[in-house]
Amino acid sequence: MRPYVVTDGRSHPTRNTLDLVTLLIAADDLPLTGLSPEKRALMELCRPGALSVAEVAGHLALPVSVTKVLIADLMDSGHVVTRAPIPSARPSETRILQEVLDGLRARL
Amino acid sequence: MGSAPASEDSPAGGVHLPSGVQTAVKVLIVGHFAVGKTTFVGALSEIRPLRTEEVMTQAGALVDDLAGTKDKTTTTVALDFGRLTLNDSLVLYLFGTPGQQRFTELWQDMTRGALGALVLADTRRLGQSFDVMGVLEELGLPYAVALNDFDDASAEHDLEEVREALDLLPETPLVRCDARDRISSTHALIALVEYLLTRNAGRADGSADSAVSAGDSELEHA
Repeated sequence: MRPYVVTDGRSHPTRNTLDLVTLLIAADDLPLTGLSPEKRALMELCRPGALSVAEVAGHLALPVSVTKVLIADLMDSGHVVTRAPIPSARPSETRILQEVLDGLRARL
Repeated sequence: MGSAPASEDSPAGGVHLPSGVQTAVKVLIVGHFAVGKTTFVGALSEIRPLRTEEVMTQAGALVDDLAGTKDKTTTTVALDFGRLTLNDSLVLYLFGTPGQQRFTELWQDMTRGALGALVLADTRRLGQSFDVMGVLEELGLPYAVALNDFDDASAEHDLEEVREALDLLPETPLVRCDARDRISSTHALIALVEYLLTRNAGRADGSADSAVSAGDSELEHA
């Protein structure tokens, strides 16, 4: 794979808010015409349901950095929206941890 | 919060997240080469574990670069990861990655927002765990240590001896696990999360003041 071809030579995305676990949701009402093959593949991957940035990179066999560039472009064009991860310092972290603990115990 | 009505269309056979999932959190599974990180992630993941890579270059790190990196370095770090949907709205991702490399930019990206880390260690090579624990401490990311008990190699090791050898803080959890076994690996994660909760509760009690100034810089002192 030639990352710089996929991203038109860019090595960082147009926005810096994407995390490995940022959840992506594809708009299902925008045409894919005009998108590069990689962006089209990304849209087709995401349309059935939400996936994290890391999963998209894994499924498309692209490095995370390249994937982020593509996603940022697709956010700019309105094709993709995100649900941001929980910032580490939010007061609700205790509740999140409790939910994680409960969820793990339920798997035993 | 008000989740949309669940449309249970998962044509890709569970590849995608359930439609109600709102929040994703991550835990890092770290340790030296061949300690069992990928096995651990595979034992717990509900999806076939995926692999991707993070390419680190100076250009890629510029935005967040605080260290003033001068050399133009490029390296590739593999990430093996898996997923556990914990309830209708919460999903946990586990990222397994080698910890030896001191590419702080990568670590900052991976650790930002991470709940904590589980260090997998091998009693036959305890010394190799120091690097990764050092990086976690620099970044202020809380961790627990799990001895991956393959071949019963560590059965004869007293946990207290291991704790001493690793120079762990008294509060740092140290557990045994078999990374091949889902239940055993789940227990190791539970030990980490219980520790994180205790830690959080301690902070909430004694640090009403510091909560006001809680920012990223605070983490550097931890």
